Amino acid sequence: MEKIKCQCGHENPFGTILCEACGRPQTEEAKKSKTVDMRYEGSARRSQTYKRTIIDKIWNFFSSVKIGVSIIIAVLVTSAIGTIFPQKLYVPANSEAELAEYYERLYGFFGVIYYKLGFHDMYNSWWFITLIGMLGTSILIASVDRVIPLYKSLKQQRTKRHPSFLKRQRVYGEGSVVDADDALKKSEEKLKELRYNVKVEDGAILAEKNRFSRWGPYVNHTGLLIFLGAVLLRGIPGFYVDETLWLREGETLEIPGAPGYFIENHGFSMETYSDEDNKVFEKAIERSGFIEKNFQTDVSLYQKAEDGIPGQADNIEHVKDYSIVVNKPLTFDGYSIFQMDYRTDELKAMTFQLTEKASGESRGEFTVDLVNPEIAYELSDGTVFELKDYYPDYGGFENGEPVSKSPLPNNPAFFFKMITPEKPKGEISFVAIRQTVEAEENDFQVNFVSADTRNISGLTIRKDKTLYLLLLGGIIFMIGVIQGSYWNHRRIWIQKGENNEVFIASHTNKNWFSLKKEMNQVKEYAGLPGYEDREDKDSFKEEEDSEVWNS
Amino acid sequence: MELIDLSSNLLLVSFIAYMIATIFFGGAVKGAKSQATYNNSRAGMIGIILTIIGFLTHVGYFITRWMASGHAPVSNMFEAVTALGMMLVLAFIVLYIIYKTPSLGLFALPIAIIIIGYASMFPTDVAPLVPSLQSNWLAIHVITTILGEAILAISAVAGVILLLKHVDVKTPSKERFWLEVIVYTIVLCIGFIAITSGFRIAGYEAKFTYVNKNEELAGVVYNMPPLFGMNEYEATTEGKMTPWAEMPAIVDAKKLTTTVWSFFTGTALYLLLRLIFRRPLAAVLKPLTKKANTQLMDEVGYRAVLIGFPVFTLGGLIFAMIWAHEAWSRFWGWDPKEVWALITWLFYAAFLHLRLSRGWEGKKSAWLMVIGFILIMFNFIAVNMILAGLHSYA
Ligand code: HEM
Repeated sequence: MEKIKCQCGHENPFGTILCEACGRPQTEEAKKSKTVDMRYEGSARRSQTYKRTIIDKIWNFFSSVKIGVSIIIAVLVTSAIGTIFPQKLYVPANSEAELAEYYERLYGFFGVIYYKLGFHDMYNSWWFITLIGMLGTSILIASVDRVIPLYKSLKQQRTKRHPSFLKRQRVYGEGSVVDADDALKKSEEKLKELRYNVKVEDGAILAEKNRFSRWGPYVNHTGLLIFLGAVLLRGIPGFYVDETLWLREGETLEIPGAPGYFIENHGFSMETYSDEDNKVFEKAIERSGFIEKNFQTDVSLYQKAEDGIPGQADNIEHVKDYSIVVNKPLTFDGYSIFQMDYRTDELKAMTFQLTEKASGESRGEFTVDLVNPEIAYELSDGTVFELKDYYPDYGGFENGEPVSKSPLPNNPAFFFKMITPEKPKGEISFVAIRQTVEAEENDFQVNFVSADTRNISGLTIRKDKTLYLLLLGGIIFMIGVIQGSYWNHRRIWIQKGENNEVFIASHTNKNWFSLKKEMNQVKEYAGLPGYEDREDKDSFKEEEDSEVWNS
Repeated sequence: MELIDLSSNLLLVSFIAYMIATIFFGGAVKGAKSQATYNNSRAGMIGIILTIIGFLTHVGYFITRWMASGHAPVSNMFEAVTALGMMLVLAFIVLYIIYKTPSLGLFALPIAIIIIGYASMFPTDVAPLVPSLQSNWLAIHVITTILGEAILAISAVAGVILLLKHVDVKTPSKERFWLEVIVYTIVLCIGFIAITSGFRIAGYEAKFTYVNKNEELAGVVYNMPPLFGMNEYEATTEGKMTPWAEMPAIVDAKKLTTTVWSFFTGTALYLLLRLIFRRPLAAVLKPLTKKANTQLMDEVGYRAVLIGFPVFTLGGLIFAMIWAHEAWSRFWGWDPKEVWALITWLFYAAFLHLRLSRGWEGKKSAWLMVIGFILIMFNFIAVNMILAGLHSYA
């Protein structure tokens, strides 16, 4: 692309508004205006220069701050709508029909609309994800559009600027002083004292401070992009594991999502606070009845031996023991296992007794493990029970057959064939809790005596390779945002004209009040001419306005 | 004296110190005859010293309560809101030291006082921590977040001063209307505090049973005459008022009752004040802002956002994610409280862009700062009480 050559001899890229070196206006518009837009030093930004092709148009769209802010607001509004009613994730429903029913039952008409529009799963909806994508694109394009030209012009700037540049600054003043050289010398001293980086060249001073803060937005945007990129990566298999495991006390299972690892549950416990913990808690405990103190699963972690068979728990090596509590997950090999949920008192085993009906005499007891029942049980007198059929979650008879509602032992029922010395052919008996059904009248009866229970821990297994990337994004964002917010870029130009005339101008990217406070100090110390802020009509007058003060 | 009683007394001292300090800042503004006396008056000096004393006793409250309970006192509504008040005062002190503006004190301290009063309307019992809160991250995350929110809130105070100064309160306009709405809302908060304390002192109590959302029988105690009854309620205390209406299960009729009572009291108070002054209250407050320098207030507000935004990001998003990952196994779960923190953050991000790149200064930016404060308070109050998710305090 052709270059624009300025009167001062510097060659500027096509599209430049103010000469990178001396600051002379390069466009007709800039020459006519009273103050110039200093946002990006009047440098040549792609979005302001090329406006023809479709790519230009897309580029310009995303680089606009107006569009950027609109996207931010759109994300904000959609997020807010998603909090009106609970999201799908937090609704106890197993099917779409149940979901729909839930929203209708609790929230009526609005609930139905909410569900129909898909707002109940807002953050996974295509339009929400599209918005986030647009946000990322906008951040990227807007930054690239600005940072390179900005960097170039700040690097190329000369100490001595053309007066036409100074005259167009927001804060500007000119006037005669007694001794211009002395004024400049004193200014230099004072500016150095105010920790400005001062450059002097041929009767011109450029005092600059905290230029690095100008890069803050670009650093923080980079952090945001890294963060968003890491979120994207989570969609790729292998980067991210999220599994749930219900582990019964005493059980050892292979950990889902972490092949080759096994975990054994030695016991789940739950504690609540008592008055002994701390007397100050008394009232609070009384008010709410009880307050939970701890949920804990004691586990052992095992790893499959070198020569072990995949998925089998018989050849495994002990790795470590650990007590998983909330806020203290078990971690190994990049995985974390969290205490998330629990169920207490699941049936574990049932004990039965055999009695002879006629005499009421007991013949002995046996115990059935409800998770791994055996095929047959033998009593000391030689009686054998064959377990013909087992219904872990018995739900009554259907078509003359007993049915099980689920594989969980919530309400176990059994078909036994009893082979007693007296009845070697065997008798059939159907036994459930508090219920015994016989096909024909038997001589012997099986009765339920007692049950053992145990707890189940609900564990979540996570592995997230993107965590460090997310954290990195967060840290870079923080650095950038602090860099750009806690410092600001200030520049003061002081130049000598003809006959002891002095020009003074300044620019900052934010916080003009503080800049002017510093300029006032320099002005007073060095006896510089007055100046005015062309954007601030009333403020400085207010300080002297007698009507304000005398009331 | 028990540590916990000492703690409450220290809080009371702060409360009183802030009130007296407000009066001195009022004197500093009123008495100023020039920019120089405005910035360096004796009354202003006493005001800031009292504020600092109040702040130190407030910190004393915080530390003694921490010692008594063994955990950072930011684990329920009372504690969190009180901490917000404390941080607000801290943010004010810092800005006062930089900019020396008594006008800011004249408005910031009353807001802090109302916030502390509001906090005290919640149960003040020291409760032990449930398992998910037992982590060092509780202190780190919540204190940083509240500090960030308090600094951001100060910008709204500067914004209100700027608006009171520059909105024409003589002729009706949209701006005047909304400014009056802001003042009215503050009066409503005072109404809430007044009516709650009133019934508390009177020791009012009415017990009910009701059927909750999950179709279980539950009990509830009202501390105000029950205007609205819970779903299928039945009174268990004799001789109390019968509710006007019964609410469906998804509406918490007790909270609705409190809201309506506060609304009545606040509105009555507002009307009374209007009757006394015979002017919109914004017009009553306007003279107090006359001496606040426009560009200075604008910059104080912006500075507060610039300082507060990174702090809020760190506490409300980054620390929050780290902790959420440790306690709930995921760094982000779209829980309402998380979403509202994100919304607040996006809002201030939008503000910064509008200000830096589109030059929104003065009144425009002041309105945005006020809206930001509304978002923060919404996050504090409504999200905890209405949209209750994992974070619910009350
Ligand atoms: C959630 C998303 C975003 C966050 C948190 C964010 C954050 C920031 C922050 C903190 C600043 C510095 C502001 C100041 O110092 O006052 C900034 C500047 C800026 N941002 Fe963003 N930003 C976001 C999205 C965007 C988008 C979508 C655009 C697209 C147009 C954009 C364009 C800019 C520009 C042009 C600047 C000014 C740069 C300069 O003056 O050198 N940002 N951003």
